Amino acid sequence: MMELLQLVIGGLANGCIYGLVALGFVLIYKASEGVNFAQGDMMMLGAFIALGFGNAEQMGLAFVPAVLLAMMVMFGVGWGVERVVVRRLFGQPQYALVILTIALGFVFRFVAGSIWGYTPLVLETPFAGLNLRTGGIVISLADLVTIAVTLLLTLALWAFFAFTRIGLAAQASSQNQMAAYIVGVPVMRINSLIWGLSGAVATVAGVLYATRGAIDPNIGLLGIKAFAAAVIGGLGSLPGALLGGLLIGVVEPVAGRYAPGELAKMSPYIIMLIVLVTRPGGLFSQIQMKKV
Amino acid sequence: MRAVFKTSYDRDIDLHEHGRSRAKIAVLLVVMAALPFLVGDYYLAEAANTLIWALAGMGLMVAVGHTGQVSLGHAAFLAVGAYADTALMNLGLPFLLSFPLAGLIAGLFGALLAVPAVRMSGIYLAIATLAMFVIVEELVILLEPITGGVGGLMAPSIGIFGISFDRYAALPNFYWLCLAVTALVTWGYANLMRSPTGRSFLAVRDSEISARALGINVTRTRSLAFGLSSGVTGLAGALMGHYIGFFNYELFSIFISINLLLVVTIGGLGFIQGAFLGAILITAMPQFIAILRDNVNATTGIDLSGIPGLDTLVFSLILIGFIIYEPAGLYGRWLKMRFWLEVFPLARRDMFRRQKTYLKTERMR
Repeated sequence: MMELLQLVIGGLANGCIYGLVALGFVLIYKASEGVNFAQGDMMMLGAFIALGFGNAEQMGLAFVPAVLLAMMVMFGVGWGVERVVVRRLFGQPQYALVILTIALGFVFRFVAGSIWGYTPLVLETPFAGLNLRTGGIVISLADLVTIAVTLLLTLALWAFFAFTRIGLAAQASSQNQMAAYIVGVPVMRINSLIWGLSGAVATVAGVLYATRGAIDPNIGLLGIKAFAAAVIGGLGSLPGALLGGLLIGVVEPVAGRYAPGELAKMSPYIIMLIVLVTRPGGLFSQIQMKKV
Repeated sequence: MRAVFKTSYDRDIDLHEHGRSRAKIAVLLVVMAALPFLVGDYYLAEAANTLIWALAGMGLMVAVGHTGQVSLGHAAFLAVGAYADTALMNLGLPFLLSFPLAGLIAGLFGALLAVPAVRMSGIYLAIATLAMFVIVEELVILLEPITGGVGGLMAPSIGIFGISFDRYAALPNFYWLCLAVTALVTWGYANLMRSPTGRSFLAVRDSEISARALGINVTRTRSLAFGLSSGVTGLAGALMGHYIGFFNYELFSIFISINLLLVVTIGGLGFIQGAFLGAILITAMPQFIAILRDNVNATTGIDLSGIPGLDTLVFSLILIGFIIYEPAGLYGRWLKMRFWLEVFPLARRDMFRRQKTYLKTERMR
């Protein structure tokens, strides 16, 4: 029983990271109905930039300013990517963006690989190795921080979309671009902003991922799993993405404990396929039948 | 501009617009068939590889180019084809039987998957195929008795009626086998596209709602297209298994899926010729990059071989360039150039302007 609880807590923290990457997907999906397959690689790049600012042998800044700086840089990267490449696909079919972002992911991986190399590196954090013990369960401080930050960020983003002018404008521009233009929403500028924001969120996810282990340029493949999380929650729903991430995060270690390892690796995708078949729009579906 | 004088309705759906295009195909076939006498073993093996990639590309083209179903997991069907073929041959079936069976198994697998998948549209289908790919990859490891697990599997040598088609011992024969399969599939594909079924694929791609209004069973059409697509890809997978000789699950990585997507996108979505152009590009590019790298090293002294992942970077940049500047791909570019020459002084600048659509979602919140 204790073992199961331990697994669940570790899984929750893991799931938060999936959820955070999934939030990045959802942000972009919410604003432009596009899917950014490079989100995992943006997370990787964010983690490496934070490492570049923060680690003692690199630039040696303190942890918090390093992370904030990395978030700003990644905001710039996301904004710039939208501005330079993604904008040129404006008005083109959806799959064009899918293929473009897959290629962009490889570019990010190459950039990170040629700056920081392909050997795993460890991000220095103030809460490395600190644990809380309560009644036979060990909770690492990193896990707690991960869970807390994720909840805060999800809440903040949800409030951003629900209450702010820009958030509402972003939703309007995705629901009907032409109408949004007509009522004066600067659709292009909103898109750039959202891409930047999703870069910053990816950085947070990357840093939290790095608190739990070493990072190398290939951790971006985690994006596929986060993708499953976003789909389970229903692309376009922020709380759904988080819940999807948590579900995957918990199921994975539990399945790994009680079933063969390959089945555990398959479990996120099996859950996703089941959800897609039974509820094609995800658990928090926002799709209604198309009208002609 | 060449005028085609049509004297019967059949000319409208003829495979070739005029006699010259028929002759061109014939010349191409003769040259390809004579290739073993013209080039050495190395280039012959590369040519066989290109043909296999073109076959796989045609498989994906049915789904992506002609029915508008983006698949990110077609490497899974390559794997199914390769493993099915090898397993059947290990059971003692002759190649002549195991090869079509492998295609059939891959096709049925694809069609089975397509039944739930076709209910999803666009992006969801792409994601579902990605998930399917990961599941197949893990299944290959789990089903060790059939697939050899992590260790891998040796593809048996091909023999038909006592003649060896081994990839190493009888390379010209193996090449001819690939050529024959590719030519047959191309012929069938081209004919399919002018049949009612093929036309219904295009209708579904261009507008699902209009297709439905015209009485096309969209679900059936999309499943059929996806099944055909995975079947052809499975055939390519079987040949690829024989070409590589010894393979395990790592041969069919996610990068192969993406390379396949690259083949169809760069070649030209919606053109059979595109699959071939893309395949040529993808098999020739690594060699080209290697030669370029050597040249740079020799002339400027900059050693690029120390940078890992340079090939992938170049591929990605080419892909980004094509997506932004020429979504119609190499073949689309060629068509535009040919048209420009045909109408020479009359071409206008906006003749090929791309149509833009404004986004409208089905989401309510």
